[in-house]
Amino acid sequence: MNLLAILISAMIVNNIVLMQFLGLCSFFGVSTKMKSVIGMGLAVIVVIFLSAVITYPLYYLVLVKLNITYIDTIAFILVIAALVQLTELVIKRFSQSLYKALGVYLPLIATNCAVLGVALTNIATPQTYAEALTFALGSGLGYAFIIITFTAIRMRLDSANVPKAMKGLPIAFVTASIMALAFMGLAGII
Amino acid sequence: MTEVKKVPVKKAPVVETEPTLWEIFTKGILKENGIFVMVLGLCPSLAVTSTFEGAFGMGILVILVLTMTNASVSLIRKVVPDTVRIPVYVIIIATEVTIMKMLVDAFAPALAQELGVFIALITVNCVVFGRAESFASKNTVLKSTLDGIGVGIGFGLSLILIGFFREFLGTGTIVLGKTLPLGFEATLFSGLGLSPYAFRVLVQPPGAFLVIGLILAVITVIRQKKGAKKA
Repeated sequence: MNLLAILISAMIVNNIVLMQFLGLCSFFGVSTKMKSVIGMGLAVIVVIFLSAVITYPLYYLVLVKLNITYIDTIAFILVIAALVQLTELVIKRFSQSLYKALGVYLPLIATNCAVLGVALTNIATPQTYAEALTFALGSGLGYAFIIITFTAIRMRLDSANVPKAMKGLPIAFVTASIMALAFMGLAGII
Repeated sequence: MTEVKKVPVKKAPVVETEPTLWEIFTKGILKENGIFVMVLGLCPSLAVTSTFEGAFGMGILVILVLTMTNASVSLIRKVVPDTVRIPVYVIIIATEVTIMKMLVDAFAPALAQELGVFIALITVNCVVFGRAESFASKNTVLKSTLDGIGVGIGFGLSLILIGFFREFLGTGTIVLGKTLPLGFEATLFSGLGLSPYAFRVLVQPPGAFLVIGLILAVITVIRQKKGAKKA
């Protein structure tokens, strides 16, 4: 598989949120304000990519060599937690306004299953380092793309005439369902 | 996310009135249901519920993991300094999930195949982490264990409900014994002849969102009815 195909597959066809069901807590939790969503999307792209940069060599050079691959989940979660802390420090240093907007959600990226999910998927399927990194980048981009689109729709739903029982989360789920349906139609492009 | 933010506010009066052990056990099943009330732990609830059995297996795993993590977090709650408690919880949870994953690999390989990466992802299930942080770190071992079992059962039952609707309406039948090591195989409801009329899309990703959205809407209606009666 060439890298472009992997990128498009990870970003759109097998979208991490709508098709793989990863990172849903933040997907429904944060998607109410456009500004925080863009920040969240960027932070997730960075964290997913960096965690793939570290976890792939960590797995093959350390865990496989020492024959302790069974602790992969524990090792990865530690790497991710450290990375999130680092990202938090960097954002705090360079953009106070972004830090204020993301405040609560940044630590949540550590328990965002998208990050751990991508790291674990990367080692579950045999592939080269370049392929793994492309997959991680595509997943991050796909996450950001979907959560931003979804937020745009949800903001319009706020002022729409939604049945009383469907207000809030129920209609959000149905919206996500229709989005997933649309994305299923793209399955043939690669 | 409004639901999630409300939780600590709601809990304050509960702690003041010293709930009985039975109340601690039952509140996790309905009143503080992980999926439908707090809307936490969504990843597994959508990903593994395409079949009834997958949902059932995941439910059992979450009950076991939650009970273990709640008990162990509660055991060490006085030893661990406040500043490093979150990394410690993460390691405890990850270790216990790894143990659980090994057991599933050994005793139910078909289930391990079906759930795939989502067994390891119990580690980052917000429900597990949320209970450790908001309940087990403040309560005795007995209470925490009961809370873990209760919340786990509530979570498992929600998964089973979603899984049942998705497989039954999506394929017209419920297959048993294929992924769980039950020792027998059976296909329920095959005599009804519903298969040609099944909504296949419910088994696929969009169906997961749709079913949860509709169940949430039904719950909202029930709540509004209840609220109207009280007022």
